[in-house]
Amino acid sequence: MTFAKLFTQVVFTLFLVLIPSMFSAQKAPSLVSKQTTAVDSVEDEFDVNEMIMHHVKDAHEWHLWGSEHEGVSIHLPVILYDNGFVVFNASHFYHGLHVVEKDAKTGEKLSYLVGEGPAEGYALFHEKIYRLSDGKLHFEEGHPHNAMPLDLSITKNVTSLFIGAFLIILIMFSMARFYKKNGAVAPKGIAKFLEPLVVLVQDDIAKANIGEHKYKRYVPYLLTAFFFILLNNLLGMVPILPGGANLTGNISVTLFLALFTLLITVFSGNKNYWRHIFATPGVPIPILIIMVPIEIIGIFTKPIALMIRLFANVTAGHIIILALISLIFINKSVAWSALSVPMALFISILELLVAFLQAYLFTMLSALFIGAAVEEAHH
Amino acid sequence: MDLILPDYGLLFWTALVFCLLLFLLAKFAWKPILNAVNAREQKIHEALELADKTRAEMLLLQAENEKILKEARAERDAIMNDAKQTAVEMVESAKNKAKVEANKIVESAKATIASEKDAAIRDLKNQLAGFSLDIAEKIVRTELSTDAKQKELAEKLADDINMN
Repeated sequence: MTFAKLFTQVVFTLFLVLIPSMFSAQKAPSLVSKQTTAVDSVEDEFDVNEMIMHHVKDAHEWHLWGSEHEGVSIHLPVILYDNGFVVFNASHFYHGLHVVEKDAKTGEKLSYLVGEGPAEGYALFHEKIYRLSDGKLHFEEGHPHNAMPLDLSITKNVTSLFIGAFLIILIMFSMARFYKKNGAVAPKGIAKFLEPLVVLVQDDIAKANIGEHKYKRYVPYLLTAFFFILLNNLLGMVPILPGGANLTGNISVTLFLALFTLLITVFSGNKNYWRHIFATPGVPIPILIIMVPIEIIGIFTKPIALMIRLFANVTAGHIIILALISLIFINKSVAWSALSVPMALFISILELLVAFLQAYLFTMLSALFIGAAVEEAHH
Repeated sequence: MDLILPDYGLLFWTALVFCLLLFLLAKFAWKPILNAVNAREQKIHEALELADKTRAEMLLLQAENEKILKEARAERDAIMNDAKQTAVEMVESAKNKAKVEANKIVESAKATIASEKDAAIRDLKNQLAGFSLDIAEKIVRTELSTDAKQKELAEKLADDINMN
């Protein structure tokens, strides 16, 4: 776990320095927060920043309709590892005590939920679970300093992950059944729709980037990654259940996918690949001293770019749509929907394209990195 | 900031679900799908290749047919020419033969006619001689039918001789 923490810290420091594409996602919320500061002066005003972050981030409930406190939502199970497993329903937070504090320095309003019943001793602040000490959370610069138990809850994103996996299995198994039943014939139905995508991944992504002789081993991973990202991107665009979770726009998910590609690259790397990293042919030794660290960083920056590209693109799309819809609530006028709805529709259509494009890009670049790792030296 | 910090719970579930998904799909979906797709691709490829080969063969066959046809046509023409020539020759020779034959016939007819004429003339001569003799005999008989006449003739003859 400490290694993972260290790794992620290194990763994030690197991407903050190296990847300008990150700023596309960072700009959007800052743009929104500028508007909210003006609104914030009025008490209990519509907080765009919080609303957007609430929609983009993970949650322990699945909000269906209605306002935040009186609406209908499904409370999801909480699983904590805190010297043994603790399992209870998140309703024990949402029905628990609602504490509102003011930050002593900034005057920022901080509200959290104190658990009751089986959730006693824990509190929920910004959908993160903290262990209570002295019956409360201790804030410092807006962040609680309490200990956090390992949260393995079935959150909104985890539920969405299950739904997505279930749908992929349903779709792909029915497609496989078609071929098992009919043999090598022209596809019909769902197979007809998906076959071009499968062939695209196999031929244009795997075969083209990895090479004729070695691509076969990597096709299952590339296909799974492609359809996993594509389906979850599309599910994320559906505003109601079973969609609406921002799964592929969550850094944990893209981190895992990128990690998988990294592991495949590292474990498939042949002699030629490692020689190019540690002893690039034709490079004098003094320059190698500079080159080797760069090359080693290069091993990691590639999957990090993968991780950030997918996360930033998907999250940015969600943020833009939410921000556009928020225009109506900021201005408190339905008339604004004449502007914000067509614009949100336009961005939604763009996001449809992005859903395919990002699935394609992630898979294509993974194949490219794998291809570089297994490439034979050509003399 | 926690938007860009990984959440270990979700990371764990993603890893679990993705690995399960990869295993299940690789075994029960990708394998049959890719097998079928690639088998079909192979089939189509082979069919196309076969079609190309057949087309090439057909072209070859066509060319051969054309050649055979051309040869046959040439042969036919040659035979026709031959036949024509033969026919002309035959007619010519028949004509010549007929002319010769006709000439021969005419010749022989002429000869026959000539000999017949000769025979007829000879016959006529013979008959004429016979007639003449008969006539002469008759005349002589008449002249010498009486004694007086016989005496007259004798005298006449004697006269003739005397005068000489």
